[in-house]
Amino acid sequence: MEICKSAVAGTLESSDAQIWVEPGDGELELFIDSVVEKQYGEEIRRVVLETAASMQVEHGRITVVDKGALNCTLRARLLTAICRAGEISYDFGGRAE
Amino acid sequence: MVDEKTLQNIPHLDMLDALHGPFVPEHAIKDSKTLAQREKLSNKVVGSFEEAVRLSGLRDGMTISFHHHFRSGDQIVNRVVDKLAEMGFRDLTLAASSLTDIHAPLIRHIQSGVIRRIETSGLRGALANAVSNGLMDIPVVFRSHGGRAYAIEQGELSIDVAFLGAPSCDPYGNANGYSRDRDTGVICGSMGYAKVDAQYAKKTVILTNNLVPYPNAPFGIPESDVDYIVLMDEIGDPDGIMKGATRFTQNPKELLIAQRAADVIYASGRFQNGFSMQMGSGGASLAVARYLREMMLKSGVKASFALGGITGSIVDMHEEGLIKKILDVQSFDLKAAQSLKNNRFHQQISASYYASPSNPGTAVNQLDVVVLSALEVDCNYDVNVLTGSDGIIRGAIGGHPDTAAGASVAIVVAPLIRGRIPTVVEKVGTVVTPGKTVDVIVTDQGIAVNPHRINLTRNLREAGIPLCSIEELKEKAERIVGKPKPIPYTDRVVGVVAYRDNTVIDVIRQVKP
Amino acid sequence: MKKRLRRTMLYVPGNSPGMIRDAHIYGSDSVMFDLEDSVSPQEKDSARLLVYNALRSLDYGDTELVVRVNDLRSPQGIQDLEAMVRTGKVIIRLPKTECAADVEECEREILRIERESGLPEGSTHMMAAIESAKGVLNAKEIAFASERLIGIAIGAEDYVTDLKTNRSAGGIELLFGRSMVLLAARAAGIDAIDTVYSDINNEEGFREEVRLIKQLGFDGKSIINPRQIGPVHEIYTPSEKEIEKSLRIMEAIEEAHRKGSGVISLNGKMIDKPVVERARCLLERAQAAGALKEDESYGG
Repeated sequence: MEICKSAVAGTLESSDAQIWVEPGDGELELFIDSVVEKQYGEEIRRVVLETAASMQVEHGRITVVDKGALNCTLRARLLTAICRAGEISYDFGGRAE
Repeated sequence: MVDEKTLQNIPHLDMLDALHGPFVPEHAIKDSKTLAQREKLSNKVVGSFEEAVRLSGLRDGMTISFHHHFRSGDQIVNRVVDKLAEMGFRDLTLAASSLTDIHAPLIRHIQSGVIRRIETSGLRGALANAVSNGLMDIPVVFRSHGGRAYAIEQGELSIDVAFLGAPSCDPYGNANGYSRDRDTGVICGSMGYAKVDAQYAKKTVILTNNLVPYPNAPFGIPESDVDYIVLMDEIGDPDGIMKGATRFTQNPKELLIAQRAADVIYASGRFQNGFSMQMGSGGASLAVARYLREMMLKSGVKASFALGGITGSIVDMHEEGLIKKILDVQSFDLKAAQSLKNNRFHQQISASYYASPSNPGTAVNQLDVVVLSALEVDCNYDVNVLTGSDGIIRGAIGGHPDTAAGASVAIVVAPLIRGRIPTVVEKVGTVVTPGKTVDVIVTDQGIAVNPHRINLTRNLREAGIPLCSIEELKEKAERIVGKPKPIPYTDRVVGVVAYRDNTVIDVIRQVKP
Repeated sequence: MKKRLRRTMLYVPGNSPGMIRDAHIYGSDSVMFDLEDSVSPQEKDSARLLVYNALRSLDYGDTELVVRVNDLRSPQGIQDLEAMVRTGKVIIRLPKTECAADVEECEREILRIERESGLPEGSTHMMAAIESAKGVLNAKEIAFASERLIGIAIGAEDYVTDLKTNRSAGGIELLFGRSMVLLAARAAGIDAIDTVYSDINNEEGFREEVRLIKQLGFDGKSIINPRQIGPVHEIYTPSEKEIEKSLRIMEAIEEAHRKGSGVISLNGKMIDKPVVERARCLLERAQAAGALKEDESYGG
């Protein structure tokens, strides 16, 4: 999926993350600013890239300002931002786990 | 009148000591000045701070000390060190009972060589961050309140000049944390930590904005421990002095933890008439007092005394007759400070009386129950209250190891996770209180009892309190937040953590940038 | 089997990660993630994804999970269903239910999603919230509208507005609505859940209301703050005296069965069937609340 416009999701409250998605031509760029950078920086990077890949986002820029969000919150915020940027509704379709 | 002959005829005169020959009228000195005149003419007030410093004999390389009763409102440390820097002093050791986030200006004085070494209970804010990142050549020594008093009493931590802020002082040096004569709004209640410094420092300078008439009784620091008095416009910011500590929490998670801790106390076998207690600072541990109060009202059980940092909740219980006496080394809020002034059985005590291990009768040794906070607890029950999960200093030892060792039951309360940070971990970043002295960990998601405490475990089980192992708590936390990556440190030691007997229990290393 | 207690159903705003993470730690019987009124219109999408992802990865233990979806007449409502049914973990709470058709429409959508996602048909349960005059008058048809319904709830704020009044301390204006909802639930054999009490600092007023709705017969109450859990559970837990009395009644029955006697008596007094039924219910509730040890038998 191509990111055509900028979008943001999430807040700067504790245990949340604010994630910005912006268009860009080149490789996907990722910026992370986290209160738990040292302990979970790599994990956050992994979750964000995995989530972006699941939406076939390959270009653009993702900026994460993390206030101690769990993986599921990071995933939710990024998916919301991507859907907003693409002006689509998230497709929950498919079979349940 | 006695002459020399009469004197010599006193039988066994050689066995009677401290007699200085016959009296002659010149020995009687009559002073007909009034009290008011005398207070003005002969007293310990000196004209300026600089003069007090000169008189004190302070030289480069010496040790100066401060108390932290003004907490975030303290203006003494920064002002004194600024002045000493102006006067050209170098290589001083700063031995404070604790330092907080408002002491960031010390960074400059450390860089310029005015301060060469620090002793404290804790560090916070920018100064703590700088120290963790290698600001100082010589590591900071962290001591508990009891351990500091012990080191001072033993003469191992020798204070050359103590600079002690006091909300009231008379012209001879009787000083206190409140005033009966003229309330300037600056009030800190107990001066427990300052008492030890005043007693043992070679010279003690009282800094006050409130010179009151003699006698400033009751006093926290007696005139016999004071050498000079300096008048200042301001010594502390009242808001900062009483800030932060103790509004009753409405945070449901803290209330949940507090309720469970109260249940543990109830079931521990220590909740009986005449029991003694201490509540640490921090939302959850302070809230325990409220639930204890309900339990005491319901059951008719009364406490003999409450110890430690004292809060309004404890004062309320004292005034209701639920707690007979209060031993107060530090007053956490205005209500506590005012109670110290007004309540007959609210007693000011020194850090040594409170927690020094050199004294077998020390108050912490009389505790049945203490409730303490923690930044981290590990599977050995070791507790860290000094460094954050990122390895950076952000706390204070306080009386944690002292009370844990002294109390019959030491209960540590903490949320299982804070944001994404697990509180129960495999191994704490810094050991401050050894697990051997920690009995129960109460979190919002489970309670674990030190397996060495067999009777306590049985008491809690029989009361139907659900228990789990500390490992289960650790795993539960990890399932929620994931396993944190270990913090990268350099080899360089920036902090030394002393146990209460002043053996070294851990070191703090410089974090990698 | 333990009876599923629904004494407390804790509202958790659907767009608050910290509260969603901690929802179950306070020990309410049920947790209700709210995608409706506590989420602003422009955040509906993020709340839905947040709750969906949390449900897929967090462990809520034994706590019953409920999600209040948006009105199915709005585009948000169907999307909420698409997400929440697929988690396979939650009861769908339908807001502002006015008639049986509302329930039936929701049921159709749920069935479609169950089929599309391969979930067993009928595995998703529902609750309906009645929040209007029309809904109250239709309470009976609503309660009987679907096999999936496990309970109905009254939502007082919208209801009293609809009545052109407001909420009073005694709750006289709610008496008819509460009674209708309760009767409908009992007739249909499902649970009845009372409305929220908003003034969290008025504990005495709250306790008063809980005692009232318990006496009316409600199974429990929706709550908005964890601090409200303790009082509800306390009031709903039978006293030792009540438990003791009920145990004696059950013993008397066993005794009568053993003797083959048709007449059951305790202390010389005849025991009617409803008395037995009440004793049985009370003991079930006591056992579920942990006030009765599992191994204490009570006949039948």
